Amino acid sequence: MKAIRPLLALILGLALGLAVTAFAGENPWHVLMVLVKGAFGSRYDFGMTLFYMTPLLFAGLAVTVAFRAGLFNIGAEGQLTMGALAAAWMGIAWPNAPVGISWVAAFIAAAVVAGAWSGIAGWLKARRGSHEVISTIMLNFIAASLASYVTLYVLKNPESQNPETMAIGASYQLPGLPGFPDAPVSVALVIALVSAGLLAWIFERMRWGFELKVVGQNENAARSAGISVASTQVLAMIVSGMLAGGVALGEVLGSAHRFKLGFSPDYGFVGIAVALLARGNPLAAIPSALLFGALHKGTADLDIETENVTRDLALVIQALVIATVSAEGLWDIVDRRRRKKEAARVAG
Amino acid sequence: MSLDEILSLLASTLRLSSPLIFAAMGGLLSERSGVIHIALEGMMMVGGFAAAVATLSFHSPLAGCMAAMLAGVLFSVLYAAIVIPFRANQVVAGTAINFLAMGIVPFISKLVYGNTGATPSIPLEDRLHWMGAVVGALLLVAFLAWMLARTPVGLWIRFAGEHPHALESAGIHVVKVRWLSVLAGGALAALGGAVLSLSLASAYTRNMTGARGFMALAALIFGKWRAPQALAACLLFGFAEALQNRLQGVALPWNPAETIPVQFIQMVPYLVTLIVLAGFVGRARAPKALGSTF
Repeated sequence: MKAIRPLLALILGLALGLAVTAFAGENPWHVLMVLVKGAFGSRYDFGMTLFYMTPLLFAGLAVTVAFRAGLFNIGAEGQLTMGALAAAWMGIAWPNAPVGISWVAAFIAAAVVAGAWSGIAGWLKARRGSHEVISTIMLNFIAASLASYVTLYVLKNPESQNPETMAIGASYQLPGLPGFPDAPVSVALVIALVSAGLLAWIFERMRWGFELKVVGQNENAARSAGISVASTQVLAMIVSGMLAGGVALGEVLGSAHRFKLGFSPDYGFVGIAVALLARGNPLAAIPSALLFGALHKGTADLDIETENVTRDLALVIQALVIATVSAEGLWDIVDRRRRKKEAARVAG
Repeated sequence: MSLDEILSLLASTLRLSSPLIFAAMGGLLSERSGVIHIALEGMMMVGGFAAAVATLSFHSPLAGCMAAMLAGVLFSVLYAAIVIPFRANQVVAGTAINFLAMGIVPFISKLVYGNTGATPSIPLEDRLHWMGAVVGALLLVAFLAWMLARTPVGLWIRFAGEHPHALESAGIHVVKVRWLSVLAGGALAALGGAVLSLSLASAYTRNMTGARGFMALAALIFGKWRAPQALAACLLFGFAEALQNRLQGVALPWNPAETIPVQFIQMVPYLVTLIVLAGFVGRARAPKALGSTF
């Protein structure tokens, strides 16, 4: 029963979100059908869903690692912006890198820069006591400004009116996933899936995974056990940022082949919903990211398919799902009824 | 810098601080009662939007402010319900409320005005005068400082945040105190949003709050959860914003032919917040039971 709670909460959140559309004079069932058809209706639609799933899984894993250590990283948006920018910079600065080495170089650039960016928030938290929620939000805005400056003044594409950088070297392009000829979903999805598995392994089997959990659940216990709370938190934030930097793979190397200003439709924020629905389990983040990828793809069609409902519905549904999944007390109602039944059975 | 320039910088500091002050005071009420308030940003959004809608309909900024407070209370009912009886992690639930505000405002805007970007412009004569907002904000700080320190209600709020069990043994319902504090806090933060759309701008535009709710929270922490100190931090952030406006179009000191890139100017308030949050002296003393369920 306990295991399916997130699923029930998800259904409740989704139902509430769809019910809201009734206020806009839409038939919630019709809206749901638009979402499902938009996300899974054709091979192309499903490919797009998988394309959106890729950054959402990276961002979801990023939030998951920090959450494990008791930190709420709502700065994945800024971290993935910095990571994507760094990957593009690498691809522009060293355009002739041999295939393979190019990918590694771009990934390292993204991971180092994004990891350093979140490391700032980790350091501020561990050493200065700055609340990570506030510092990561501020870093998001600073990252957006920095990215805008670099894109418009340093790496500007001279042949385009759009705010985007020059193209990365051809050797940096990641191969697409076979079977989805028109959708930009790439091998980056496989790397994201492997990352989820790796993270699950670290959580279950490695000492560091255990230390993260102890720090996250009880800092005093961690201290008595000789675990350095500060360095565990800083490292958790750095790893979190590195995972957010993974977004560069699908977006820069896999599809746009350059850095485009505003490329992310708040992947970092949706990643929070992905992580919370998965309740901190990296493997559960996979179906969770698929779901929110589908939601993102499906809601994009709402603008055209319905009169009054726009893609902003995705935010409403994400918010309601987060709320229902995290509201522990919802289950009191169920538990109380079950306890009563049990008591009646014992007495009878 | 001439005297006129200094005076105008001071005036714009006060003007730009006022929404932050309202939001910080809303956060103060909620957090002193023991409920973390990450959702100040969302409250400001719904408040700013509701204020613009009501002012456009009734041609009165007063109606706008009332509508903002009503919207803040409604949204706070949702937030309080999730975190008080349903015991959700307060930081997580606050984030959910922020998302909800980000999504629901364009949703309603589309229904009312047919677009998700901005409300129509509010006529000049219907706008809120910035002096009114500033005076209101300062009076609010004085009132809350007095109420928390000197009145029984203030004592209950402080005990709900410090020693909820002691308060309960004294026969006061902690849950009730927290509910009312969160609702009142939401109304105040929403009023901050109203100042934004009715006084600092001429309409509500999408995501116009620009993390001011989080700056207010930073001011609260920097001010060690005390009204006058939080006010000081809000003034500092308001000054950073005023400075940001002044720096637009200013030439680089080493190259007079070029101006400071706007991107670096935009960073100023966020950088200042980050530095203030990191560099504050002395230990932060959060209410002891902050974030706990009761």
